[in-house]
Amino acid sequence: MDRSALRDAPWVVAAGIVVMFAAPLILNFYTLTLLVIYGMLALSLGLIWGFGGILCFGQAAFYGLGAYAYAISAANIGESTVPMLLAIAIPFVFAFLLGAMMFYGRLTDVYMGVITLVVTLIFFRFMNTTAGPEYQIGQARLGGYNGIPGYQTLNVPGDASAYIWDESLYYTCFVILLVVYVLVRLLLASPFGRIAVAIRENENRVELMGYDARLRKSVLFAIGGGIAGLAGALYASWAEIVTPGLFSLGQSAEIIIWCIVGGLGTLVGPVLGAAVLGYLKFALGQQTAVDNVLVMGLILVVVVLVLPRGVVPSLITAFSRSSRRRGPGSRRRRGPRGARADG
Amino acid sequence: MDLAAVFILEILYSIAVLVLISAGLAVVFGMMRVINLAHGEFMMMGGYATIVAVKAGVNVYVAMLIVAPLAVGLIGLVVERLVIRFLYGRLVDTMLATWGLSLAFTGAAVMIFGNTTTGVSTPIEGFTLGAYQINGYNFFIIIVSILLLVASYIVLRGTRLGLVARGTMQSADMASALGYSPDRVYMTTFFVGSALAGLAGGVLAPLVGLVPTWGTLYIAKAFITVISGGASIVLGLLSSATVFGLVSQTFTFLSGPVIGEVALLVAAIVLLRLLPQGITGRFFKGRL
Repeated sequence: MDRSALRDAPWVVAAGIVVMFAAPLILNFYTLTLLVIYGMLALSLGLIWGFGGILCFGQAAFYGLGAYAYAISAANIGESTVPMLLAIAIPFVFAFLLGAMMFYGRLTDVYMGVITLVVTLIFFRFMNTTAGPEYQIGQARLGGYNGIPGYQTLNVPGDASAYIWDESLYYTCFVILLVVYVLVRLLLASPFGRIAVAIRENENRVELMGYDARLRKSVLFAIGGGIAGLAGALYASWAEIVTPGLFSLGQSAEIIIWCIVGGLGTLVGPVLGAAVLGYLKFALGQQTAVDNVLVMGLILVVVVLVLPRGVVPSLITAFSRSSRRRGPGSRRRRGPRGARADG
Repeated sequence: MDLAAVFILEILYSIAVLVLISAGLAVVFGMMRVINLAHGEFMMMGGYATIVAVKAGVNVYVAMLIVAPLAVGLIGLVVERLVIRFLYGRLVDTMLATWGLSLAFTGAAVMIFGNTTTGVSTPIEGFTLGAYQINGYNFFIIIVSILLLVASYIVLRGTRLGLVARGTMQSADMASALGYSPDRVYMTTFFVGSALAGLAGGVLAPLVGLVPTWGTLYIAKAFITVISGGASIVLGLLSSATVFGLVSQTFTFLSGPVIGEVALLVAAIVLLRLLPQGITGRFFKGRL
């Protein structure tokens, strides 16, 4: 366990708690909850892409899978604890199998991108065709492009009538996000996480040292899938309906944009990227002068061109450079890549 | 007998469409290792260029075979100068930047044309074959695709331009040392790739109702076809389009268009798993 890697974590959690209580002063709980869920979704891709070097064009597949797994099982069970666990487990297992197929086949970046994209498309197409009554899992009709409405939303474990919604749903989601953040930080500080980062830097070298990179990448990919599934389940509980739109190309694109804009190689970057861009999209959606897709696209292009590492890592570099110039006592960022900050 | 003829025609047609929609992407990917995820939006713009030109009184063939490629080629040129040229050699970054472009173009099209469906009528009438009605325009698409493949082969194989282009593709440094500017070759290639996308959009426009999000219908298929084909432009395109066209049309025939599409996607996953470098990465290696 590398303790120095955990140095920033308490500060981030403390800042997170402050934000958690301060944010409701500005925005309503309904919007905030969604932004927190987006943050978790971005975190899942930020983990596998920023730390594992695995570019997944189809993170929406796991998100949607989690949401559908939750909705279908909640409609059948009528209590949210088991569905919640299923919503993490099913995308986890699916991601592991998919990842194993890709990594043991030695597929690299662009080919991996195609496969994950294709998987998302398959889900999207398939879910859109399930309008007929023959597509029914227990009590839940898949409902085609209309989606599945009317299932049990999140409740206090053990008491199906104690719904968690609005204000309490927001706090629950935020606390879950903080917990996931801490768990991911611990994972990254563990030998497993250190090796995952080493694989990102140079896979051949890690394999020469005797580690099985394929297995480790599959596991990391699966963990990312599980977190995305959790985000999906929380989304399902927030929106009270799941539709095939969760699997759409646009949804996948957005997750990637959040990570790129926020910054790869950090965990806070993607979360902030998701929250800020999620809010921007919401605000742009309120007016008709400018199309919000146009703005999102331009942001992505500009960030790739100007800030290829994303906003948060660039800020950290700028900050640490200026404080280093101020003399001794400034903290140096480790490693040849220097700016790979760990926020 | 008639059924068999119809079936074969349908397969040829679906291969032709795949060739048509992927050609521009294949040229750009094969030459410069750049994946243009805005390819679908280039097609969409080609479609709009055609429709606008037709409504302005231009002959429909002129509109789709000349106006659309030129207009989109010029847009591609601008895009290359403003964005793509800073990102050569960074495959993932180009993918992301062009994805951003695709979103921006979609948004721009919504602002210009609105979220409504527009279209032009098909210029060729259908005819009957035995008990079946066949869309005559399908033949036109098949012929355009064949001409496209033959023309690209001839240009790449037989002309000085093609030679320089292929040389740059193999070793940009060497081409540069011999006095050819890779920068200019790339610029021209991107122009050609965009123009081909515009052509595809123009040719397909009469078949569909055009909406600003039209491009997203094709980008995944084109992307898959090109990647599965591998680095060889003509052979890769032809081989992967044949495989996917056959698979998707057979399954469409057996159980419907959605299953056909899913079968295509599944075939792509299996194919890439077995041949991670694409078909021409394994077979016909180093050929055109």
